[in-house]
Amino acid sequence: MTIMTDPPRESFRLSMLLNDTRYRSITFQAIALLALIVAIAYLANNLFTNLAAQGLNISYGFLGDPAGYDINQRLIEYDSQSSNARAALVGILNTLLVAFLACIMATVFGVIAGVLRLSNNWLVSKLMSFYVEIFRNIPVLIWIIIIFTIMTAVMPAPRAFRGDEPEATMLLGAFAFTNRGIYIPAPIWGPGSMVVVATFIASVVGVFAYRRYAKNLLYQTGRLLPMGWPSLAIFFVPTIVMFFIMGRPIGLDIPELGGFNFRGGIQIGAPLIALWFALSIYTGAFIAENVRAGIQAVSKGQTEAASALGLHPGRVMNLVVLPQALRVIIPPLISHYLNITKNSSLAIAVGYADITATLGGITLNQTGRAIECVLLLMLFYLVISLSISAIMNVYNKTVTLKER
Amino acid sequence: MTDTNQHSASFVRTETIPERAPPVTASGPVKWVRENLFATPANSVLTIIALYFIYLLLAGSLPWLLNGVWTTSSLSECREVLGGAVGACFSVLTERLNQLLFGFQYPSELYWRPALALVLLFVAGAPVLFFDLPRKLLIFTALYPFIAYYLIWGGALGVPVLALVGCVAGYLVYSRFVAGSFAKGFFGGIAAALIVWNLGGLLIPENANDTAMMTAVPSRDLGGFMLNMMLGVTCVSLSVPLGIVLALGRQSSMPLIKWICVIFIEFIRGVPLITLLFVASVMLAYFFPPESTVDLFLRVVIMITMFSSAYIAEVIRGGLAALPKGQYEGADSLGLDYAQATRLIILPQALKISIPGIVNVAVGLFKDTTLVSVISMFDLVGMIRGPILASTDWAGVYWELYGFAALLFFVVCYGISQYSQWLERRLATDHR
Repeated sequence: MTIMTDPPRESFRLSMLLNDTRYRSITFQAIALLALIVAIAYLANNLFTNLAAQGLNISYGFLGDPAGYDINQRLIEYDSQSSNARAALVGILNTLLVAFLACIMATVFGVIAGVLRLSNNWLVSKLMSFYVEIFRNIPVLIWIIIIFTIMTAVMPAPRAFRGDEPEATMLLGAFAFTNRGIYIPAPIWGPGSMVVVATFIASVVGVFAYRRYAKNLLYQTGRLLPMGWPSLAIFFVPTIVMFFIMGRPIGLDIPELGGFNFRGGIQIGAPLIALWFALSIYTGAFIAENVRAGIQAVSKGQTEAASALGLHPGRVMNLVVLPQALRVIIPPLISHYLNITKNSSLAIAVGYADITATLGGITLNQTGRAIECVLLLMLFYLVISLSISAIMNVYNKTVTLKER
Repeated sequence: MTDTNQHSASFVRTETIPERAPPVTASGPVKWVRENLFATPANSVLTIIALYFIYLLLAGSLPWLLNGVWTTSSLSECREVLGGAVGACFSVLTERLNQLLFGFQYPSELYWRPALALVLLFVAGAPVLFFDLPRKLLIFTALYPFIAYYLIWGGALGVPVLALVGCVAGYLVYSRFVAGSFAKGFFGGIAAALIVWNLGGLLIPENANDTAMMTAVPSRDLGGFMLNMMLGVTCVSLSVPLGIVLALGRQSSMPLIKWICVIFIEFIRGVPLITLLFVASVMLAYFFPPESTVDLFLRVVIMITMFSSAYIAEVIRGGLAALPKGQYEGADSLGLDYAQATRLIILPQALKISIPGIVNVAVGLFKDTTLVSVISMFDLVGMIRGPILASTDWAGVYWELYGFAALLFFVVCYGISQYSQWLERRLATDHR
């Protein structure tokens, strides 16, 4: 009869730090931590030695100083006496503006191209794959510069609109395409215009409410209300009626040629258009591929089953294919929106005053505060990236497959 | 009755009719056009719109392309030759081709060196890209970085040879000890290489570059499309191993290491490449010891490598996550330790899954190398925007130059993406 005995308890030996799995991970982490601390200390030491040698310090005081440069494209009040912080804020708003516009337009381009690429029409689908391949395989910087060149070198100058026999005319008498940008009419808010705006907002809410009501009715009773024309009616009619009731309070400020340039209206500068259009058409090509993949990921049986139930093609798309395709499309779409936001930093190549051009360009060069400026710049983009992915992830959660 | 019918009914055929072609609408091009272009009214409208669009595109570009002028020496001469007709001025390409490809400072008598390096790149890349080729060719791939460095930068032969000797010493030590413990082999190898480099560095005289057989070319003289290629190839090949390490670190069960990797990856992925290039151009010099001068090319390589390694790490993480759990469990049940299991079982499969993703990152990275023109390095785009369009001879030649740049990038990127698709099909056959 043998008696099993526990092996004698070993006392702790130094080699167990490397050979015993209980201690090994702690050893490695300690080494990693040590290495990290040494590396950071080394870099920080170099940084402070170098800064001291050049008589510099880390200070954010420059943000309060007058910027001393002008910004053409701006959403808020700004002049050259405003502070650097204000210039950065103008840049931030410009970044958000172009990113927002480009996200919308890229989605439109992408969805259209992606759907058309699946078309039965051979010519159209080939044309769309041509678009996708061309735009995906050429750097976005080149696209931005090319479109900027079209805007500045090919479009007529404002003076071409002058005279009895002008070389260029305004589109519909209200839109002017010039090499400095596009001039569009600006709304004039007269007295009572707020009522019209309020009506418009209310009717947007009304459209959503109607659609929700119709959906609930469909799910509960099976009765299908028409969706298309009532939505359009709710969207347009009250606002138009209110517009005339209040005596047409909203007018249009049409741009007019005065002096060397157009006056009045809204000017959308050439850099903004180049950046907006290039980012959307470039990213649109990527989105098109995701849309195509998403639609193809829905198995054919789903479409066939829906048709067998007697749904007509539009409803098959809306009720069966799209909800399933969206699950595949949305995650890459999030990262494309992020890419647009990050790629908008290429604004510096065409002189659009986004945050990279103001804080990371002119302010950095004028003040010489390289470290502070670049750190602030990175911080801004990090915040933007993290918030976009947070918002989109919440949306993503609402459309994911609900499984038991 | 039947008998008479049989003989009297002369209208019954006795021989078969010869085959006739189907009606034009049911076969051949007409059928194809009907089915693919004019199936429904909506489809026909689409076709007509597409045809009109193609007509616009061709009507705009064909006269310009076909009427191109190739042999003048300035834009004004071009315009004289064209005499008001529509036509491209491709002369700028023929006259400035060297600058577009090699930059404007690289000595023109040395152009053969980077050109040879490019040709050898294909030889070195082939066994990596096409795994049917003999494995022996990989030896040349391993030697290629040193050869390419020597060809492009020139200077003292001792530098690349010493670097090579250090790597060989490190590898020998690694293969001697790795059977015992991976950590011992790995760190021993690194230590051996460092020792060889430091000792050997003492042997290379201070002014070796001046008396070298191959003229030394400083990094700031590199430019043109060559710079894009060099940045792309160097950064991708450096960032793949770094990306593997980051991906493994992110999957690690050690919280500290995991969080270091997560923060690094998320931070790099959250900021645009331009800000990282700003770091390279204005900030990174502050982090090096005061007496050292690290040139801009190296600083840019460091930042772009960090950038792409974060993206490659995410791709490889996907590959690691896609491996069935059984593979990990199988490795554990064989009694392999972490290093062995990762090296022999997990990574080969995970990398195979992630190859298409890595290639996509590589294409994106190659396109992003044009961004260095923003920090005033003269790559292809920088050359066009800077010296060439600013010269009095060629100010105003936009389309030809940007078209050429677009064409170069398209050829390379489309080639790589076609390769990636071929690889995907090729890899799909053996595990499905």
